[in-house]
Amino acid sequence: MFRKKHYVALGAVTLLAVLILSLPPRAAARFKLAMGSWFLPLFGLANTAQQLPADLADSVLPRRELLHQIDWLRRTNELLQVQALQGAAILRENDQLHLLLGWQRQAPWKLRLANVVLRDPANWWRTVQIDLGSRDGLRENLPVVTADGLVGRVAAVGVTRSQVVLIGDPNCRVSAVVDNPARDTGIIGMGGPIETTLVDLTYLSGSANLKPGQGVFTSGLGGVFPRGIPIGQVVDARPVEFGLYTQARVKLGVNLGALEQVWVLFP
Amino acid sequence: MNVFQTILILAVAFLVVFGEATFSFLRHWLGAQVDLLPALMVYAALNTEIVTVSLLAVLGGLWFDALSANPLGISILPLYAVGFLICYRRDMILRELSFARLVLGAMASAVVPVLSLLLLLTAGKQPLLGWGSLWQWFVMTGGGAAATPLLFALFGWCHRAFGYQPLAETSFRPDREIRRGRL
Repeated sequence: MFRKKHYVALGAVTLLAVLILSLPPRAAARFKLAMGSWFLPLFGLANTAQQLPADLADSVLPRRELLHQIDWLRRTNELLQVQALQGAAILRENDQLHLLLGWQRQAPWKLRLANVVLRDPANWWRTVQIDLGSRDGLRENLPVVTADGLVGRVAAVGVTRSQVVLIGDPNCRVSAVVDNPARDTGIIGMGGPIETTLVDLTYLSGSANLKPGQGVFTSGLGGVFPRGIPIGQVVDARPVEFGLYTQARVKLGVNLGALEQVWVLFP
Repeated sequence: MNVFQTILILAVAFLVVFGEATFSFLRHWLGAQVDLLPALMVYAALNTEIVTVSLLAVLGGLWFDALSANPLGISILPLYAVGFLICYRRDMILRELSFARLVLGAMASAVVPVLSLLLLLTAGKQPLLGWGSLWQWFVMTGGGAAATPLLFALFGWCHRAFGYQPLAETSFRPDREIRRGRL
């Protein structure tokens, strides 16, 4: 049975899809941001909805518990201040040594706090959206961390929000070094589609001697991630490609499934 | 074409995409996010014209891709392929049966992600795939199947609440009127 209207619609939609898919990358990125901006009015609503249970829990918290938490925070703050003083002294000493040896001094990180507002609706990518954009000075490839370690990098920047591609996604490769005597260096690659806490550390040398529990940090190679950001710990290792190189599984320090707030690192 | 119905379907698609990106409790529990756009497409294809199906595929696909790392426009064709086929052959489908809706929802929710992944791989992208993807596919299929009859019920309620109801015919018929004469 021939239905002309159906075929006209089929042709139009197919043509439109092909046209959109063949847009130049810059135009496609702008079009994508424009389509994403349709959701801007709903961001506030989502934040309120997510904040509501926390506000309710706060309102029913007993005063004694609040006072206890304030006391604990005060003591923690004092401890951290002492540690910060110690850290500053070590930093000064480190700077002086760098100066004496003529090494390049590592610039201190500048941090900016961001809220995670959306997650990737597709199951085959691992990205989130944060509420900082180009108006906040964000640009592509800035590292994103939490206190527990590396989260990922900024992949696309809009005016008010940005897309962060998380560690373990195929589009987020990180050069990493293992905290062992040989300082074995490899590449953090993909994780599993369901398991968000484990990622593969590949292209380690065939003679790498890895032990479970050894720390994994960013190596600073590649120019995106600064050196020394913790990534996780080695779980196990095995030779691959007939012993040509070693591959390890790394348990991430950050729980990527429960991200709420992240820090963006500015150089 | 019923414009109200089209607007309602597009509004639900918009909210569905936003909800999938905002609420991730299913992802925490089951390891996969359920996509409701295929289930919505089944409803649109069985109850509306091809124009609504086309609009849903284009706008729903674009909204989904805008919040995802997908290349923009990659979700349009899989959604439309499912919607077009169901719409084209809907006269042969027992659309009033809940079981038929459930099966169609399951089929649509199973086919759309597979087609999307095929398109992504064809475009040279490298999505996150592994044995766990099979579990995610089952979850998406099951979730979509369960959601389809619920969407039909939701839209049915909306039509009863906001749509024009046909007037009930009176039992009066002029040809059966008893005309009484003098006798």
